[in-house]
Amino acid sequence: MGQIIVMTSGKGGVGKTTSSAAFATGFALRGHKTVVIDFDVGLRNLDLVMGCERRVVFDFINVINGEAKLGQALVKDKRVDNLYILPTSQTRDKDALTKEGVEAVMEELRKEFEFIICDSPAGIERGALMALYFADQAIIVTNPEVSSVRDSDRILGMLAARSRRAELGQAPVTEHLLLTRYDPSRVERGEMLNVDDVLEILAIPLLGVIPESQAVLRASNVGLPVILDETSNAGMAYADAVARFLGEQVEHRFVKPVKRGLFSRLLGRPA
Amino acid sequence: MRIFNFFRPAQPAKPESSAHQAKERLQIVMAHERANRDGPDFLPLLQQELLAVIAKYVDVDQNKVEVKLDRAKDVSTLEVNIELPSRKPETNRRRPVLQGATSSP
Repeated sequence: MGQIIVMTSGKGGVGKTTSSAAFATGFALRGHKTVVIDFDVGLRNLDLVMGCERRVVFDFINVINGEAKLGQALVKDKRVDNLYILPTSQTRDKDALTKEGVEAVMEELRKEFEFIICDSPAGIERGALMALYFADQAIIVTNPEVSSVRDSDRILGMLAARSRRAELGQAPVTEHLLLTRYDPSRVERGEMLNVDDVLEILAIPLLGVIPESQAVLRASNVGLPVILDETSNAGMAYADAVARFLGEQVEHRFVKPVKRGLFSRLLGRPA
Repeated sequence: MRIFNFFRPAQPAKPESSAHQAKERLQIVMAHERANRDGPDFLPLLQQELLAVIAKYVDVDQNKVEVKLDRAKDVSTLEVNIELPSRKPETNRRRPVLQGATSSP
């Protein structure tokens, strides 16, 4: 039976879709059959980040409504084996996500996939609730910034109270913190919350720290999950986080600032 | 810090740059979305009607229907692959298509 993982944050723009694409690709690269689902009905973007926007025929909502079979809506990734994308509808709204409909799709996916990643929309309304409801594990994407940390805490509360596991009195959803857009040099100057500050406040285990990186925008420009940019800091940090999720012990590599020599400063190359 | 940038004039995005690719991808996907914004979602209906027509002549498994789409700048292609069941020689249920059509019970 596959594991359902929700990528959630409460706040928008912190990197849920970037992280969903990276984790899905990372799991698939390691041989785990994975599907990533866009729950942001009406504001579909996972397809663009995954680079499959031109090949979307049917979507998650078509499947829920019985207008297409699940197999017809799944888009197979062209670069990585074992990787599938379930895009959402761009024209309908979150009310199309019925609990029964989502459950039926989840149960069908569980039989075929090892990992099912639910890319949550921002907010705490229907879309976000449906994305987290069936989760076994949750990756809380947080920026080292006050509003993001507070919103993450709010989402942790929803996971503890309103997930299916909570409602059925089962073991709670396993929580992981993914700290994104981390800038070690600003942390060192005391301009940004550091990892320990955030961990102290949220009190959940740390899965990874993704450094602020120009590679993320470059990757989304061309529709390539950033984990496939193997030379970038962000790509490597995601690969480490995926390994940790799968139980490996990997040191956190990108929490200290990189020392830059005079020459690289003069050339103005980013770290 | 960027003393060398002083000598470099600002340039528009080069065709191979990632920003240029981003613009092109957005133009393609958004042109399609804007065109279909107020219309019905015709693909599910198209598929149902196509299947209904084909089902008059052959048994088709809904799961064996593959619909592929490729949106490009000037032209989009829709590809529908329907796997037809292999014909068993004894049973007269799977007679040649046209015969079945004229003598349906």
